[in-house]
Amino acid sequence: MNTNLQMEERLWAYIDGHVSGTEKSGVEALIAEQAAWREKYQELLAMHSSLQLTELEEPSLRFSKNVMEEISRLQIAPATKTYINKKIVAGIGIFFISLLAAILIYGFSQMDFSSPGSAQIEITLEKIDISKFFNNTLINVFLMINVLLGLVLLDFYLSNKRNLYRKDTR
Amino acid sequence: MSAGLNDNELIEKVIRGDHQAYAGLVQRYQSYVFTLTLRMIKNREEAEEVAQDVFIKAYKYLADFRGEAKFSTWLYTIVNNTCISFLRKKKPTIHSLDDERVFLAADRSVNGNRQDSLEQKSVHAVLTEAILRLGHDDAEIITLFYKHEQTLDEISRILGVEVNTAKVRLHRARIRLKEKMETHYATEIKDLI
Repeated sequence: MNTNLQMEERLWAYIDGHVSGTEKSGVEALIAEQAAWREKYQELLAMHSSLQLTELEEPSLRFSKNVMEEISRLQIAPATKTYINKKIVAGIGIFFISLLAAILIYGFSQMDFSSPGSAQIEITLEKIDISKFFNNTLINVFLMINVLLGLVLLDFYLSNKRNLYRKDTR
Repeated sequence: MSAGLNDNELIEKVIRGDHQAYAGLVQRYQSYVFTLTLRMIKNREEAEEVAQDVFIKAYKYLADFRGEAKFSTWLYTIVNNTCISFLRKKKPTIHSLDDERVFLAADRSVNGNRQDSLEQKSVHAVLTEAILRLGHDDAEIITLFYKHEQTLDEISRILGVEVNTAKVRLHRARIRLKEKMETHYATEIKDLI
């Protein structure tokens, strides 16, 4: 079965012309010498020729007219490259890369590589006081903004769903 | 009028404001686009609607066509994306085995006597039916390769995959097409080969 599939694969590549010189002469020799290869080649070649001759489907007579009617109400949108300035995109990229590099450089410069401290860092969970972080007003405001954004996105998602449902049931 | 102009010249005219020149592009590619949408969507009315949508989208974003690839390659990228998003939005239809039997029975009754139909049915009709039985990915790649005369390089650009992946997909699609033909049109295949 596997050999048969491999045979088909090589024959299709040969028929499509996607083979190198050596592979081409190899397949040609197999077709000439082996009846199974010859038979399969004839079969695939017939299918290939028939596929090339299949006819195209024609849409309704009004098709072109319908499209032209629709586009008469539209305007061609300006090319994306006219309103997306590559320099601005590159500038934003450079800004963030520089920011990351500055943070890394600052972080490494603060580290004392010469101190022989132990490789393991002891962390005592009881000593960590998270209350001072979560009582912080800024964190609360940040959480509120996130909740708000979540609700806006949920509303957006649900109204999209509703519109799709209405469109389907119309 | 627009018959002698090539795709790029027509596009240039449309962008300059001659929107009637777009009719030339629609007429040139409507059968190709419709064949492709029909083979992916498998319903004539829906396929025509999607094909119209493709031409409307292509018109709207025509200024984005930079002429680096062929217009047909750019257009088929829109066909591919529009069909995929249509199929995603469309509620899945569940076919039971009974439906398949009904489909086969209807097929036979339309064609009358099965034996007669075998003689009358052309090879092209058999192939077209077999392609319609394929999944949309397989039907698409076979249609692009054979009917739209796109190279594997162009097909890979349309589908957004590597050339080798397109090659493998085409190979698998042809195997599945052969299987469909052997399952549903065994007798007709004898005429074909």
